[in-house]
Amino acid sequence: MSAPFYKYGLFGDEISLVIAFLIGIGFGFFLERAGFGNARKLAAQFYFYDMTVFKVMFSAIVTAMIGLYYLSVLGFVDLSLVYVSPTFLLPQVVGGLILGVGFAVGGYCPGTSAVAAATGRLDGVVCLFGIVAGIFFFGEVFPAIETFYRATPMGSVTLPQLLGISYGLILFLVVLMALGGFLLAGWAEKKFAHLRPE
Amino acid sequence: MFTSSSAVTDHAPHRERPYWHPYAAGIGLGLVLLLAFVIMGRGLGASGAFSSLVTTVVHAVAPAHAQNNAFYQEYLGDGTKSPLHDWLVFEVIGVFAGGFLSGALAGRLRTTIEKGPRISNGGRLTLAFLGGFIMGVGAKLARGCTSGQALTGGALLSVGSWAFMLCVFAGAYAAAYFVRREWI
Repeated sequence: MSAPFYKYGLFGDEISLVIAFLIGIGFGFFLERAGFGNARKLAAQFYFYDMTVFKVMFSAIVTAMIGLYYLSVLGFVDLSLVYVSPTFLLPQVVGGLILGVGFAVGGYCPGTSAVAAATGRLDGVVCLFGIVAGIFFFGEVFPAIETFYRATPMGSVTLPQLLGISYGLILFLVVLMALGGFLLAGWAEKKFAHLRPE
Repeated sequence: MFTSSSAVTDHAPHRERPYWHPYAAGIGLGLVLLLAFVIMGRGLGASGAFSSLVTTVVHAVAPAHAQNNAFYQEYLGDGTKSPLHDWLVFEVIGVFAGGFLSGALAGRLRTTIEKGPRISNGGRLTLAFLGGFIMGVGAKLARGCTSGQALTGGALLSVGSWAFMLCVFAGAYAAAYFVRREWI
């Protein structure tokens, strides 16, 4: 057991910021490669004629999930040291719905608007300004909504813990779900191809 | 043809390379996320970096106001270092650099506005700002966005992240009909 390296003290905070920058480069690179610097490509997901958002997101989730699981089974990574952000169910449900509406209206999510801005998309730049303004607004009204923000706390809980099913089985089910989703996505793209604007 | 819908045109559309196959890009993205787990013991993020930026500005303009607000206080910490001295801030600077690098290598750097054929540039930019504003609020309420919650928390099988992810798709599909003139 020697990973996560940072948690085992292999390097300090200053080096971690250099690593943050390098990992960010990889993140931005693959987002752009996927076409996520383009709002039309992203928004197409919501009209079914191009399901790239779903395909990329779930192949990424499945890759990282399976990789992490096997590295922990092999004893290389201590899974308990990987940070799982705590669940606050109700605010996360409402926050998700709000973010989803913003995604369809703005055409980007926060990470992809950065990639769009970096590749010259003016709508990406403007969307970033909108995000900053939205966060400022949230910060200013925070005292009034703090109770709701902290409602329904469940701690750092995972699906295997909640459902009382083994990690491996949940993993298998997620992979099955993703594969089923990929098949459906291919079907949807054909069925809704006529919506693609030209 | 690729640029015909935009008023701001580009210089060399013919040299633009196609995007990667979704599964190739997705596996690449997943490996970057896995690297973050293995090296740092944490995942990726985006909106948190912008919160640090907002907090820094608010604190510079009105220090007492920021310190009396639990939201800004979370990013200010004990006040010994700037909120910008943060892992996610450096990661997001990397995202800009990586996006630029990939776009440059593929000939996709263009000053343009991405939109459907039925909306004006001004209309699209207005909605881009509005959408960004709504996302800023949603991401903070949910304690993260598509990167920190859906992608990272999704791979870690977090309950809140999966609930969040399903709701993002639900919210977006519900809103899509009303903004269809922006995209199709």
